[in-house]
Amino acid sequence: MKTLRDTIMTHFGTSATLCSATCPPGVPQILVPREKFEDVGWLMKGAGARLAAEWGVDETLMGRHFAVIACFARETEYLLVRCDIPSDEPTFPSLSKKHPPAFRFERQILSLLGLTPTGHVHSDLRPWIKHEDWPIDAWPLRKSFDAGRRMPRVAGDYAWVRAEGEGVYEIPVGPVHAGIIEPGHFRFQAIGEDILNLEERLGYTHKGIEKRFEQLSWGEGARLAGRVSGDSTVAHALTYCRAVEAMTGTNVPPRGAWLRAIMLERERIANHLGDIGAIANDAAFTFFFYQFMRLKELVLRGNRRLFGHRYLMDQVLPGGVAVDLPADASLMIEEELESLPEEFERIIKAYDLNASLDDRLRETGILSAETARELGTVGFVARASGQPLDCRLQAPFAPYDRFPPRMVVLNSCDVHARAWVRIEEIRDSVRLIHELLATLPAGETLAPLPDVPPDRSAFAAVEGWRGEIVYWLQSGLNGGINRCAIRDPSSVNWLALEQAIHGNIVPDFPLCNKSFNQSYSGHDL
Amino acid sequence: MLRILQQIFRTGVVTEPLPEPVEAELIEVGGRLEEAIRRRFHRSLVIREVDAGSCNGCELEIIAMNNPIYNCERFGINFTASPRFADMLLVTGPVSVNMEIALKRTYDATPTPKMVVAVGDCGCNGGIFGESYASLGAIVNVIPVDAHIPGCPPSPVELLHGILRLIRS
Repeated sequence: MKTLRDTIMTHFGTSATLCSATCPPGVPQILVPREKFEDVGWLMKGAGARLAAEWGVDETLMGRHFAVIACFARETEYLLVRCDIPSDEPTFPSLSKKHPPAFRFERQILSLLGLTPTGHVHSDLRPWIKHEDWPIDAWPLRKSFDAGRRMPRVAGDYAWVRAEGEGVYEIPVGPVHAGIIEPGHFRFQAIGEDILNLEERLGYTHKGIEKRFEQLSWGEGARLAGRVSGDSTVAHALTYCRAVEAMTGTNVPPRGAWLRAIMLERERIANHLGDIGAIANDAAFTFFFYQFMRLKELVLRGNRRLFGHRYLMDQVLPGGVAVDLPADASLMIEEELESLPEEFERIIKAYDLNASLDDRLRETGILSAETARELGTVGFVARASGQPLDCRLQAPFAPYDRFPPRMVVLNSCDVHARAWVRIEEIRDSVRLIHELLATLPAGETLAPLPDVPPDRSAFAAVEGWRGEIVYWLQSGLNGGINRCAIRDPSSVNWLALEQAIHGNIVPDFPLCNKSFNQSYSGHDL
Repeated sequence: MLRILQQIFRTGVVTEPLPEPVEAELIEVGGRLEEAIRRRFHRSLVIREVDAGSCNGCELEIIAMNNPIYNCERFGINFTASPRFADMLLVTGPVSVNMEIALKRTYDATPTPKMVVAVGDCGCNGGIFGESYASLGAIVNVIPVDAHIPGCPPSPVELLHGILRLIRS
């Protein structure tokens, strides 16, 4: 099979250029003429690639104009395709005809950078993240935008999707939700208890993270990346750091790489434990909630003893990790890995045999395999709908190249599958930590970070507990951060929740939502 | 069912006293707190948590406060879905521009007298996000605040202590 890169290069011939001077080897970046950008979408669809992310960049400080970059992925290959956009005509051909998730990415590019998608464009160009009371010409990702100034609020309205007819009513929920969770707005149209449509409206936690990166040093960037979504602090910081390391050609010492993987798997275990409990809780089964919360708390305490922080914030740095394990760490982890699985299996047995829980979880919130594929879903959401995606296997780095995880793919596509994939992943992460600990290399944990060369860009993808996280970094002429584009798994998986809810009843929404448990902050940035 | 009962009996009561350094203080403060909550709040202090734009780190610890190990309900603290029933707002930040109105409305919907606690470094001073076109920084920039609990995120013990301190004062 031809690689994605060759597919593009053969089709475009001399009109496409490989950007080898500005990108490190690894993930190639190809420049194509703007008017042919849509062809890329068609070609990649034909080749069976998914659109992993799409973002824009303002390069005016480097004497250029704007650019839009699309990231495609197929099995083990990632490919970036960019087109340059003149400042006096800030438009680009839309990819949404062939790649549905593009409409969300392109709404965001239009809202935050002021580049308008054209051609076979999705009809929905309502602002996204940019709420209706922002001035319409406020484009924060442009270099000309003064990020320090408060924006005036203007009058405006959001055009909600409507449903009309006898007996149809609306339920608005949020942004302040009932539980201790992040803010977002959901609007249901329903007849009786049956949901006709769900529309999500997010952006409430938009803190200007991508813009904030541009004011920070590369080192401080790791701190901010660790706060894009607090529950995925290791995964986000790691993805950011891997992009910085790719840009500078830094090799992480083996011990540092091993410790990163141990942290990443511990983060996975802790979050999966909490969420399986929370799913049971939303089916009104608090017994499991408290049991799993207890196990999660034990993992968090272990984190604190081992690394000094319950959620492992600020432990991953460009070049390695901040702290080494204490002397008695092996013993501590081994003890933990003995008692945790034993308790876990006992509770899981009760969970598995419980008929009333089974009744609530099975055939609820079905996300068909086709929809999951078309929407470009990632992570456990994709794997529970038959998609074999895990970038620990597909874009492996040390030590995952030596210790591959076991990919768990289920085909029932329901809440039960999304929970069960995670049960299996807890088991596998425990196995991985055992193996990593047994082979933990000696030596340094942190390599010095050389200066970042000017006008370079680099890409990294890491499988966090929610799924594939994508970072694209670009340095400016002064060697600082010119752009940090982030795609949290939530950006694509939120689209899937809207589809999975069709045919369900309103009281099952919390259950469906919890089975996805996507990040608001990671999405809103 | 039998498995569930077995697990319950095997687990027993896991709620534990707070770690050593704070225990003596807890005995003292806990006594006064229960007394204060009994006197001023009819035995229950009801809290509405509001995420005004956080990274969700603080939420993890506020949820952990409710787990069986910390079990904040034993102090008479419980969380409500509606600000109408709340005595206290526990607000995490920084306050995003897009949450400013919702936060003010939640504050207005909470009956007086009410207490507001700013949680986390971002809630206290904007943290790493600072103030920008999208972030208004500290909670106090948007609504009146009675107490601060710094930390990134503050641990459940630090949260409990912060609340106890405010009740006592």
